[in-house]
Amino acid sequence: MGKPRVAIFDFACCEGCQLQIVNLEEELLDLIGAVDVVEWREALSEQSTEYDIAIIEGSITRPEDEKRLEIIRTRAKILIALGACATIGGVNKLKNNFEMQDVKRCVYGKAADMPHLDTTPTKAVDEVVKVDYKIHGCPIDRKEFTYIIRCLLMGKRPEIPDYPVCVECKAKGNPCLWEYEQVCLGPIIRAGCGARCPSSGFRCFGCRGYVDNPNVNAAKDVIEKYGLTLDVLKSKMVLFGSTQGPTNA
Amino acid sequence: MHNDMNINVHHITRVEGHGNIVVNVTNGRIEKLQWQVPEAPRFFEAMVRGQSYEDIQTIVSRICGICSITHSLAATKAVESALGLKVSEQADKLRILMHYSEQLQSHTLHIGYLAAPDFFGAPSVVPLVSRAIDVVKTIVRAHRVANEWSDLLAGRTTHPVTLIPGGLTRTPAEKQLRQLQKTLKDTIPDLKVIADVVLSVAGNIPKFERQTEYVSLKQTNPPTYTFYHGGITSDDNGGKVVPIEKWHNVANEYIVEQSTAKWAKWHRDSYAVGALARFNNNSELLSPMGKEAAKMFDLKKGCCNPFMNTVAQLVECFHIVETSITMIDELLTKGLKAEKVTSSPKAGKGAGCVEAPRGILFHEYEFDKKGNCIAADICIPTNQNHANIQKDFEKLVPEIINESEDSVRLKLEMLVRSYDPCISCSTHMLNVEFVK
Ligand code: SF4
Ligand code: SF4
Ligand code: SF4
Repeated sequence: MGKPRVAIFDFACCEGCQLQIVNLEEELLDLIGAVDVVEWREALSEQSTEYDIAIIEGSITRPEDEKRLEIIRTRAKILIALGACATIGGVNKLKNNFEMQDVKRCVYGKAADMPHLDTTPTKAVDEVVKVDYKIHGCPIDRKEFTYIIRCLLMGKRPEIPDYPVCVECKAKGNPCLWEYEQVCLGPIIRAGCGARCPSSGFRCFGCRGYVDNPNVNAAKDVIEKYGLTLDVLKSKMVLFGSTQGPTNA
Repeated sequence: MHNDMNINVHHITRVEGHGNIVVNVTNGRIEKLQWQVPEAPRFFEAMVRGQSYEDIQTIVSRICGICSITHSLAATKAVESALGLKVSEQADKLRILMHYSEQLQSHTLHIGYLAAPDFFGAPSVVPLVSRAIDVVKTIVRAHRVANEWSDLLAGRTTHPVTLIPGGLTRTPAEKQLRQLQKTLKDTIPDLKVIADVVLSVAGNIPKFERQTEYVSLKQTNPPTYTFYHGGITSDDNGGKVVPIEKWHNVANEYIVEQSTAKWAKWHRDSYAVGALARFNNNSELLSPMGKEAAKMFDLKKGCCNPFMNTVAQLVECFHIVETSITMIDELLTKGLKAEKVTSSPKAGKGAGCVEAPRGILFHEYEFDKKGNCIAADICIPTNQNHANIQKDFEKLVPEIINESEDSVRLKLEMLVRSYDPCISCSTHMLNVEFVK
């Protein structure tokens, strides 16, 4: 078998996850040697319709994008959702809190009804097509990205943590941010980022999505201990669309 | 003379976001000449309604992966202005340093990975790896330094997690800043190598000029080549400075007769923002190395060749690194202190403005008394450049119409790339239809 042909596609997103791939710097040069990158609009001029692995960044917000995604799916043997926009909808799902007409009017005023501004409620990639692998995070973690790609190249199934961020946070010896009155989502969010945000003194806002079976009781205990209401936690939980649509990896 | 030409670049590559170029020439007549943007709108201004003032910068940094620190800073400044929060001098300096890290990161990405292949006649940076591995490695190194710098101050290279209304979540250790300073000093020779390489291919930068208005931040007290503080100025208003709260008077959005697109204008039909605009308005305030770099390329105040924006970015790289080395000295001399930041909700409205790598950026928010957002307005640099790109097209195409179709296509692509557009940022971007 020759080198696997890889194509990277972007939908509605900030392209920050693609940037993390660029940010692999020297390591990217190695990785590019191991595969054939056949399409990557942000970095290359080439385009292709033949590929083995399709990497999808961004969430799906328009009917025409659903169609494009379906075509990509039929061409790819393996389809990977890259980053929170693709895996859980990301911040783009905040839009779904409103009527689409209201959303369009709010931004475009009188021009809201023009056809090219049409928008539908945001979907994660797996709400449209089958996803084989998910690379979590907003943005993705570079180390995890290379780990997953290397696993695939070796025909192995990557192992993605299914325990909460608190585990990594405790292992780092961080003081818990709840003690500093920050509503941190660490107890229910999937680890794998090395507790990036709490380690910088900032609450986890849930960019990697929930663990498969969040320990809701433990979360309730934490809320009670700090005298907060469930609403406060809920208001933080919606930030990355984690309450809407599939979150299982 | 070409009688017919049909260029249709569907999704120009090596830019952030989706843009199309359409040129139709029939019997020597330009029938259609368009810069189109088919990017899926994401509706951030609608999305943030109802969200707490504490979370705004986290949400809106996702407008753009390449200038996420910039968006977070503009949003945080707007929130602080709305809530009347003051930031300490130390936090202010650290934020500026954090902002510089992103300027360097974005500029090296654009110069090295996105624009340079055009100068070498290559379709991307990948073939350059085998042709000029040393140069590519130098660019990669400079880019990595910028990323590690962001990591240290922003907690991540993309989407900062240390910015909060009122200050920062943490203070770096003095040792870390000293190390950063050393790394920056070591980066100067790399920047010189990159400048030499760009200079060696500078002959491939098209000689095209079009008078236009250049809009940027300007800081008079103390006079500074600014990316962060100050008010709005343009080379058309005689050095006057407009306070950022009045930004709506600058970025006047308007609708063109033959099109439905909203464009921005101030004193003329269009204006340009970005490194060249900053240079044209503030070049006398550049650091010595920045000035030297400008001289190398014969870049002078009043330059109106949009292709030179990439060179202006390179000049800024020198300025940023040199200025940061001095700022770190100032911080270390004063000594760093851990600072506790608190804030509480309040009703209010405020605007925040900073220079994104690709030009001036405005954020504005209004909050209710619980600190929840009730309205937002964001105006990104690429939107402000949109009309200017179209106007450049209209002057450039007739000048080069006798060249081959490939050459016309390449020059138009290069022109768009030289603006370093950040199309996924667009919140108001509409399709442009221009028919001659
Ligand atoms: S997941 Fe986050 S970083 Fe990645 S593309 Fe979406 S918004 Fe950007
Ligand atoms: S700071 Fe957050 S992630 Fe860390 S232990 Fe506390 S709740 Fe868990
Ligand atoms: S700590 Fe939470 S928000 Fe931060 S990167 Fe990890 S999962 Fe995402």
